[in-house]
Amino acid sequence: MKRCLIEVNNLWTSFGVHIVHRNVNLTVNRGEVLSLVGGSGSGKTTLLRQMMGLETPSAGEVKVFGVSLQHNDTDEIQRIRNRWGVLFQQGALFSALTVYDNVALPLRELGTVDEDLIRELVLLKLGMVGIERNHATKMPSDLSGGMVKRIALARALALEPELLFLDEPTAGLDPDRSESFVHLIEELRRDLELTVVMVTHDLDTLIALSSRVAVLCDQSIVAIGTLAEVVKSSHRFISNFFQGERGKRALQAVAEALVR
Amino acid sequence: MSRADFMPESNTTPRLEPRLRRHARPEGGERVELTGPWILRAFEAQLTELAGQLAEHSRDANRHWDLSGVTRLDHAGALLLWRAWGGRRAPHLTLRPEHEAMFSGLGAPHPREPHPGRDWRDPLVGLGSRLLALRDHLLDFAHLVGRIAIDTASLLRKPRDIPWLEISASIYRTGAQALFITALVGFLIGVVLSYLSSQQLKTFGADIFIINLLGVSVIRELGPVLAAVLVAGRSGSAMTAQLGVMRVTEELDAMTVIGIPHTVRLILPKVLGLAVSMPLLVVWTDAVALIGGMMAAHWELGLPYSLFLARLPDAVPIANLWLGLGKSVVFGVLIALIACHFGLRIEPNTESLGTGTTDSVVTAITMVIVVYAAFAVMFSDVGSFG
Repeated sequence: MKRCLIEVNNLWTSFGVHIVHRNVNLTVNRGEVLSLVGGSGSGKTTLLRQMMGLETPSAGEVKVFGVSLQHNDTDEIQRIRNRWGVLFQQGALFSALTVYDNVALPLRELGTVDEDLIRELVLLKLGMVGIERNHATKMPSDLSGGMVKRIALARALALEPELLFLDEPTAGLDPDRSESFVHLIEELRRDLELTVVMVTHDLDTLIALSSRVAVLCDQSIVAIGTLAEVVKSSHRFISNFFQGERGKRALQAVAEALVR
Repeated sequence: MSRADFMPESNTTPRLEPRLRRHARPEGGERVELTGPWILRAFEAQLTELAGQLAEHSRDANRHWDLSGVTRLDHAGALLLWRAWGGRRAPHLTLRPEHEAMFSGLGAPHPREPHPGRDWRDPLVGLGSRLLALRDHLLDFAHLVGRIAIDTASLLRKPRDIPWLEISASIYRTGAQALFITALVGFLIGVVLSYLSSQQLKTFGADIFIINLLGVSVIRELGPVLAAVLVAGRSGSAMTAQLGVMRVTEELDAMTVIGIPHTVRLILPKVLGLAVSMPLLVVWTDAVALIGGMMAAHWELGLPYSLFLARLPDAVPIANLWLGLGKSVVFGVLIALIACHFGLRIEPNTESLGTGTTDSVVTAITMVIVVYAAFAVMFSDVGSFG
């Protein structure tokens, strides 16, 4: 049986008179990678933030792990928060803390893990994202954007989450790093049975990772399904997105790889 | 697709319990059987207890570990076991194949980094680095003042480039928008000062001297320093934070690349704006403080308003007013320069923004008081107390 981790029911969002989402319905199933795609200003990031409880929709409901984010006490929501990890677009590392302390912070906040185990866990997570030990004592401002992003991923993974939110995970990374980032997410998903919800513009990442794609356009979800199903849609935005020069090239590369 | 496919996970999370049992093996020796989820979320408060039990069991090297009943395992669970086994794989281990990956990357435990001990040289090094930082600040400040002087000189040759709009915006923000707060504080200080002095003067029967006392102290000393401290806190912090945020968001770099010098567009307007608005604010603060003082004198001593106003010009020589206004121009320039100096030194991170703004306000207020004291000594024989 498929079990759904996130349920978005009849969600409306408006900023003043400007309507961003009009009756959006969406479910995310356990173990899948769902990508949110859409033009700039189509409300992808807003929808992602609503799923994390950072923003409240104007109407409708978001349920994560079966718990409504709108109608619940803070304790319940905190328990839910410990089960997901978030990678923000700019990393959002705490600039006052070292790399090590940034990753250790969520574990220390739990209050149940002893410092020795925290150290082992932090070094393990940093190792997983390919950060050498000598960087652990550095401050985030001394690091490059790509490293900040990988450390932010290590922090997102610190609490062994079941659900991972990624906001533009490969934006600002060089192609080689993007590639290894994609591999890393893929590996983690296999080993940890992660469910991933991501917003991305990067076609290569989208094609490599997504098990399903949801296309946000004209204030609602115009298509949702596997990549193959979505690409077939005749919607104006989708044909521009996937059948443009870049889209074709990326899709072709995938097709060639499959043939091989 | 049936309805059941979309059933959400149960709202009441089932209780997760990692369990550990010991069995005697028929062929001799003992077997430790682990069941349930061995994941971070399931440990909660039991973590220390579980770690203790694991450590106890792993003392016997021949013990057989059976992990086939473990439903879920994450890195925290694997590390907990790994640590109990002494940083290596237990020799007799039954493991589900899907959990194998969790143990694959683990190695010897990392020893705790030794805490750097205290060194007797530390205070000395600290003092030295502070002195160096002070020298750095002074050099930077001199550099900034020099830069402004050069840019002003070149502006005088090309008056078309003078940033009038920015200057007027700066006067409005630092002056017009500060009217209320300076009036409030000035009025209250005037009332308190007048009330306390009146009580003392009354005992000597020297009631009429309240006018001299209030007039000279407010116009010459209190007005300028009061307004300067308020402006340093209000506008100085805003200037530092503005420049700091522009550094963080790379706006300063964008200006440089386009070819707009910071000094001309950002710093000069602030310095000139505050140099203009400070004396105006001081006149305003003086006036409101004197009104407050006059009212308190009227209540306390029964001094008529008309007498107060008529005697004021004789009691306070006009030199005191010029001295007060002159000081306020210096204060205004000083506050703006210090705010900009600290603003430009902010590094692109949030920590630096906070400390930079604090340092800026503290330094500005301290410098205002220091300069104020210097003025008091330098001009002690100007404007006699007639």
